[in-house]
Amino acid sequence: MVHSDLVVELRNVRKTFGPALAVDDLSFSVAEGEIVGLLGANGAGKTTSIHMLLGLITPSAGTINIFGKDLERHRIDILQQANFASAYQFLPWNLKVWENLFVFSEIYRVKNGKKKINELLDMFELSHMRDRITGALSAGEQTRLNLCKSLLNDPRLLLLDEPTASLDPDQADKVRKIIASLQRETGMTVINTSHNMIDVHELCGRILFMQKGRIIAEGGADEIMQRYGSESLEDVFIRIARTPIVEKLESELAKN
Amino acid sequence: MIKFGFVCARNTFRAMDVFFWPVMDLLVWGFLSVYMLKVSNAVPALITMLIGATIMWNVLMRAQQLISVSFLDDLWSRNLLNIFAAPIRVSEYVTAAYLMGFIQAVLVILVLSVLANIFYSFNLFSIGLPLAFLFANLLLMGWSLGLVTTALILRWGPPAEALAWAIPFLVQPVCAVFYPVSVLPLWLQPVAYWVPAAHVFEGMRQILQTGHLDQSRLWCALGLNILYMVIAALVFRHLFQEARQRGYLAKYGT
Repeated sequence: MVHSDLVVELRNVRKTFGPALAVDDLSFSVAEGEIVGLLGANGAGKTTSIHMLLGLITPSAGTINIFGKDLERHRIDILQQANFASAYQFLPWNLKVWENLFVFSEIYRVKNGKKKINELLDMFELSHMRDRITGALSAGEQTRLNLCKSLLNDPRLLLLDEPTASLDPDQADKVRKIIASLQRETGMTVINTSHNMIDVHELCGRILFMQKGRIIAEGGADEIMQRYGSESLEDVFIRIARTPIVEKLESELAKN
Repeated sequence: MIKFGFVCARNTFRAMDVFFWPVMDLLVWGFLSVYMLKVSNAVPALITMLIGATIMWNVLMRAQQLISVSFLDDLWSRNLLNIFAAPIRVSEYVTAAYLMGFIQAVLVILVLSVLANIFYSFNLFSIGLPLAFLFANLLLMGWSLGLVTTALILRWGPPAEALAWAIPFLVQPVCAVFYPVSVLPLWLQPVAYWVPAAHVFEGMRQILQTGHLDQSRLWCALGLNILYMVIAALVFRHLFQEARQRGYLAKYGT
């Protein structure tokens, strides 16, 4: 049964790469308008999960529904309404800033593409760089350019992979505010993986802590901090990362 | 296509790369032919055959390379994820590369024909209408090779990128570009007849020598090309699915 207000629904998703288990029996759903944070140490399965949501990696088992449709069968239709940005992904270095955005506005069939590009460049304070070659931008500027790309089609679902990883605190704060404000205006759904606890605390209404491909804790930031008796998410993160998974699952089971 | 247009419009070296190698080919082979004519009793038709073959070989090579290099461009600039996470069908991506290959092959053949006329008084268009069929068959074979090359790069990643340039030369000996199939060892001749380009080049030499073309050669080349296009599409689809299963798109894209 697929609920109509659920934008994302993963059921028993598993992904193995040869003998390596990347995602293990992952099930979660995200409702329309939610901002959900995927947290976890390196190798926890966050990025693999995001890549599976984009259809770049096929699950070894389980199903993924987005907008109530099976991702494997309706990939193009789904991707038309979704977008993503990653701090580790680049747009072609040999094109100018506006050229890159123009190419993607055509791919996403954006109406009034030029107007939208100008709005986004203004929003992310990149207007003065529109004629600059992308390869000449700093890492932070490229990250903001990726965010511009990710918002070109006014996505219903925005997937962010460490969107503020290469930004200074000032720019990171501005980006968080932009995303929060756009989410309020448009009601878009956001899934955000991050190692930046400020990002997660300020942006995400719900957090999914992952370890070894499984969700081991879930809830609001304050709720999770209270559950672990910690004063900061960073402390929770460290405790989770350093505690063996069996112990954590047993503790979760005991609480439930 | 828009992206490639932007790249070529600004990057003079990139645009020149399209013409540089074919022009160098034409000059070297053309002057070699002239020299051979002077020092030996080579038949005058040899010069036209070598120059015609050089021009037409570039059609196949350009079509093949543009598909593979377009993909490599996205791989090198770590843009693969952006492309394949966008609502773009693989068939659309490949079709765009096919069209760019077609445009590039047309431009190359035009430029080389003009130069051949200037330097060697050779008019490729004297072949007439059959030239279009010869061109189309080489283009189709170039597309098939390009698609298979791209699939192999997708499967084996950056270490396999040299294939983009090596594959045309791997098949060149059995394409009978500069010599007839009959020159090949007996055991290799049946292999050559399974290669569409061999029929094209045999046909081209026949026209240049006799002014007549045995049409069965063209049909044979077309039939083989259709077969190879289907096989190339199946190989690409299989390896693309495997790349999604094994996570290669994500791995090579970041």
